[in-house]
Amino acid sequence: MDLAVEWGQVHALLGENGAGKSTLMNVVYGLVRPDSGEIAFDGQPVQIRGPLDAIRLGIGMVHQHFMLIPPLTVAENIVLGNEIANRGVVDLDEASRKVDELSGRFGLEVNPRERIADLSVGLQQRVEILKALYRGARLLILDEPTAVLTPQEIRGLFDVVRALIAEGKAVIFITHKLAEVMEIADAITVMRRGQVVATTSPKEATPSDLARMMVGRPVLLRVDKKPAKPGKGVLSIQDLVVMDDRHHVAVDNVSLEVRAGEIVGVAGVEGNGQNELMEALMGLRPIRNGTVKVEGTDISRTTTHERLRSGLGLIPPDRHRMGVVLELSVADNLVLDDHDHPPYARWFIRQFDAIRSYAQRLIKTFDIRVQNPDQLVSSLSGGNQQKLVVARELGTLPKLLIAGQPTRGVDVGSIEFIHRQLLSERDNGLAVLLVSSELDEVLSLSDRVAVIYRGKLVAVLDASDADRERVGLLMAGAA
Amino acid sequence: MTEFLQQLDPVSLLSITLITATPLTLAALGGMMCERSGVVNIALEGIMLTGAFIGYTVAFFTHNLWVGLGAAVLSGMIIASLHAVLSIGFLVDQIVSGMVINILAVGITGVFYRTYLESATSAGPGTFPHWDIPVLSAIPVIGPIFFQNQFVTYAMLILIAVVHFILFRTVWGLRTRACGENPRAAETAGINVYFVRYTNVIASGALAGLGGAYFSLQQIGNFLPNMTGGRGFIALAAMIFGKWTPLGAFAASLLFSGSDQLGSRMQSVFHVGVPLQFLGMLPYVLTIVVVAGAMGRAIAPAAVGRPYKKGS
Amino acid sequence: MSRRALRWAFSAVLLPLVSVLSGFLVGALAILAAGADPIQAYLALFQGAFTNHNAFAETLVSTTPYVLLGLSVALGFRAGLFNIGAEGQFYVGSLTGVFVAYSIHGLPAVIEIPLGLLGGMAGGALWASIAGALKARFGAHEVITTIMLNYVSFLVASYLVDTPGLMLAPNVSTPRTPDIDPGAVLPIILSGSRLHLGFILALLMVPVVWFLIERTTIGFRLRAVGFNQGAARTAGISVGWTIVLTMALAGGLAGLAGIVQVLGVNFHMTDTVAAGYGFDAIAVALLARSNPWGVLPAAFLFGALHNGASFMQLETQVSADLISIVQAFVIIFVAAPSIVAFLLRLRRAPAETVAITQREVDTPVS
Repeated sequence: MDLAVEWGQVHALLGENGAGKSTLMNVVYGLVRPDSGEIAFDGQPVQIRGPLDAIRLGIGMVHQHFMLIPPLTVAENIVLGNEIANRGVVDLDEASRKVDELSGRFGLEVNPRERIADLSVGLQQRVEILKALYRGARLLILDEPTAVLTPQEIRGLFDVVRALIAEGKAVIFITHKLAEVMEIADAITVMRRGQVVATTSPKEATPSDLARMMVGRPVLLRVDKKPAKPGKGVLSIQDLVVMDDRHHVAVDNVSLEVRAGEIVGVAGVEGNGQNELMEALMGLRPIRNGTVKVEGTDISRTTTHERLRSGLGLIPPDRHRMGVVLELSVADNLVLDDHDHPPYARWFIRQFDAIRSYAQRLIKTFDIRVQNPDQLVSSLSGGNQQKLVVARELGTLPKLLIAGQPTRGVDVGSIEFIHRQLLSERDNGLAVLLVSSELDEVLSLSDRVAVIYRGKLVAVLDASDADRERVGLLMAGAA
Repeated sequence: MTEFLQQLDPVSLLSITLITATPLTLAALGGMMCERSGVVNIALEGIMLTGAFIGYTVAFFTHNLWVGLGAAVLSGMIIASLHAVLSIGFLVDQIVSGMVINILAVGITGVFYRTYLESATSAGPGTFPHWDIPVLSAIPVIGPIFFQNQFVTYAMLILIAVVHFILFRTVWGLRTRACGENPRAAETAGINVYFVRYTNVIASGALAGLGGAYFSLQQIGNFLPNMTGGRGFIALAAMIFGKWTPLGAFAASLLFSGSDQLGSRMQSVFHVGVPLQFLGMLPYVLTIVVVAGAMGRAIAPAAVGRPYKKGS
Repeated sequence: MSRRALRWAFSAVLLPLVSVLSGFLVGALAILAAGADPIQAYLALFQGAFTNHNAFAETLVSTTPYVLLGLSVALGFRAGLFNIGAEGQFYVGSLTGVFVAYSIHGLPAVIEIPLGLLGGMAGGALWASIAGALKARFGAHEVITTIMLNYVSFLVASYLVDTPGLMLAPNVSTPRTPDIDPGAVLPIILSGSRLHLGFILALLMVPVVWFLIERTTIGFRLRAVGFNQGAARTAGISVGWTIVLTMALAGGLAGLAGIVQVLGVNFHMTDTVAAGYGFDAIAVALLARSNPWGVLPAAFLFGALHNGASFMQLETQVSADLISIVQAFVIIFVAAPSIVAFLLRLRRAPAETVAITQREVDTPVS
């Protein structure tokens, strides 16, 4: 396992989900202990036993899921672990001063006295970067930093990265997005299944070269899509208003129609009301105002169970918290929605034969890699778990499928499979509402593209009118 | 009206309220320090009982209340460290490990009470003397309530301020709060989450042990099996009601003991026809209402109750 | 032996066994520290539990409530609920059950006994549902609410039994309820002893609970909610109702334990409550690893300890509270397999945490 990074460079660490990029960087930052091998810093071999060692060497890391303390302020978060204190008492004024100094220097404006919980995701990321810089980072590791940013914010981040490089610092940029790598990286290391398979640069390799290195075989970067043949309306959302957990408006008067045989994609940066929208549609969150109708019937007041029975399906955006029960078997998970109905249960008693044969059928159709249906779901890979969820929802032959981040954290092979499944079901007349923060996914699969920004649908475009630039601007609230 | 007030005797009522709130507040402060760092502590009851027993036993054999007090605090720390080792070191479910402490406390105090104390005939060490603070104790109303107390109550009042200061103004408090909200984030900032949690759990043992000393060394001057009577659990409720803050815990403790005292006063003085048992239920019912109502609004430390494994 | 079978043997047999032995070992140390002879004490314990006249039968009598209470707590654990309120549910069940049993007269036992039992189960179920509803509706943590309800139940029992015109029997020297109707008495199944039909009933509840958990849709929902509330809710399972129902079922079992004691052993209720059943029930459920079948040997152990301890206290200097010490350490070793593994110097011991319950600190969506 070899990786060499130089000062004054942006080194991209490229690989698909599960390739081992984050794990490798966690070793460098001292969160994980290596089983063997050496790390050399500035030419000297070093032992990194914990984050403190890494920090002392001048290594800083911004994780994919932010390491921030929401109830505390920006200044408190930044100085945590290296507090400015007078005999044990924290000096917050001095801390705020230091923060202001740093943010001015690097163009990372932020208010030191604000609580993290009150900041937007983009600002929170700034705090994370400031944290690393405050501790004197000379090597900055960014783990999938653009996942939560609009295209415009991404550009801002790249400016910051370039400013850091200009000072002679080094940046390791972990990502699975080829376009970003081509734009920002000076050097590229490709990982696959825990090993380095190539070291190259944007000058030497094309995106398809990189994709092939990531996966080990030629990859179709765009899925073949037949033209849509939309039928009658299935889902009708009218003036929907939904509140979030903190009693603010999350979905703001949204109206949308989805017809049979079409895929309507909802593009948007995460946190603009998508989760609340999906939850409201499935009965997991109360509707404050407005109606939801399926094939003309108002379902706004029905329970989740009733909606599932009447032909709705949901691929939840958070597989582990909402999608599967890891401690139950594959078969049990496949009948989770229907477990109390015939033929899977008769008078409260579960019918294991019927469950098993159904499970086996789905396992075959959806290519879920398991040895037998009684295995626990925890033993499946992320991609297979997701295929299980897709299988479960499609297996009940729904009229409408809401797909939330359907390929997040999934290997490329499974991504291809799921995309193909969605398209073929759509060809068979399924209405699909696709909600994804992966803009490429939305653009390549959708027949119509809606953009959500701060809970409002700011546009609904035909696929032909939706290009990256225009949608990107809409996602950021501009245009 | 004046006769009613005279009979009610609000000054003595408030004074007794403050005194009986002492163990509740101390245990709640301890629970709060512990939970702020991310560790649930339902063992407060057991720790208090242990503190009461050890404190009294040592004081009895050394004829010295102060040594007994020190022993009470120390024993609280030791038994709390068992909770720490189990839940932090061995990743035992924190509720289970708390229950274990409670069961163990009943067992240990019961067995050793029988052996050493039950048949003891010599006189006990007495209780802490009342200390009247000069000048301040002469102030009408406030004087008798706050400044004519025994040691443990004074300690409680001081500790409320001390714990508040530690939690919100010091490095230890900042790191504690970080570990209780997002231990992963604290770890990436270079903090040793285990160390922070261990220290807070042991500190909670010291506070609860002190609270236990109230029963045997301040209130009664003797040890009776199970003398804590569920007060450790009421302290938990006070902590929750007080939103995991020191002043809140104090206010809640006053509320609970106050309602209890008011109830018995109404019964004994005014012969209000409410049966004794219903008055006795008041703190428990109030606690349930508090927990049901407060839960929705209460801001518990986000990571409380979940075991933390380094690098996970 | 395959890897999987080895793991099962470790966790289901070896671990509990070693835990129990370790508990006794620590207990022996405590006895020494109390200035007594551990061998003598344990001998007395053993005699009291098994070899004295009728001791074995008495042990089975003591085991009966532990089986039912252990099932109650174990059921809760499977749904991710910590039912510390088994004790309160036990008493409320005794209250409601004894009321039915002393109020009906002259009917045949085949009718009176089931009525009494149902009365007990209903009381326990209702009492537990309060905590269940509070949790489902408000997210109130059941550990606190059930503990508080325990104390309330003791006071309610004391009030009802002490007050003339309520449940106080006329013309008695110490406050207690009237005796139950002779038709409601559980028949003795071993003549010359106190072993009553309730024991058989308790044994029968084990496969019933097992069937409920493993084979019914109710049990499936219970387990799903216990493992992952979010996924269960997304799949259309009503988490709130599952919690309430689970608590009600658990409370019913605990209430059954209470009324069985009344109908089989005491035949009335007094105003004093003998605390301790609640903690013991948790210990039983933990030792049984929340498995209904495991509850049988665990309950038997505690029944034996309970029975033997009173004899031990008579014969030696050692207080019956010693068994609490034994219990505490049994739980410690059961709940922390890594300690046992460390002690036995096993290398490939499972290092996972023992997930007793999986609670989410989420605010409920109404």
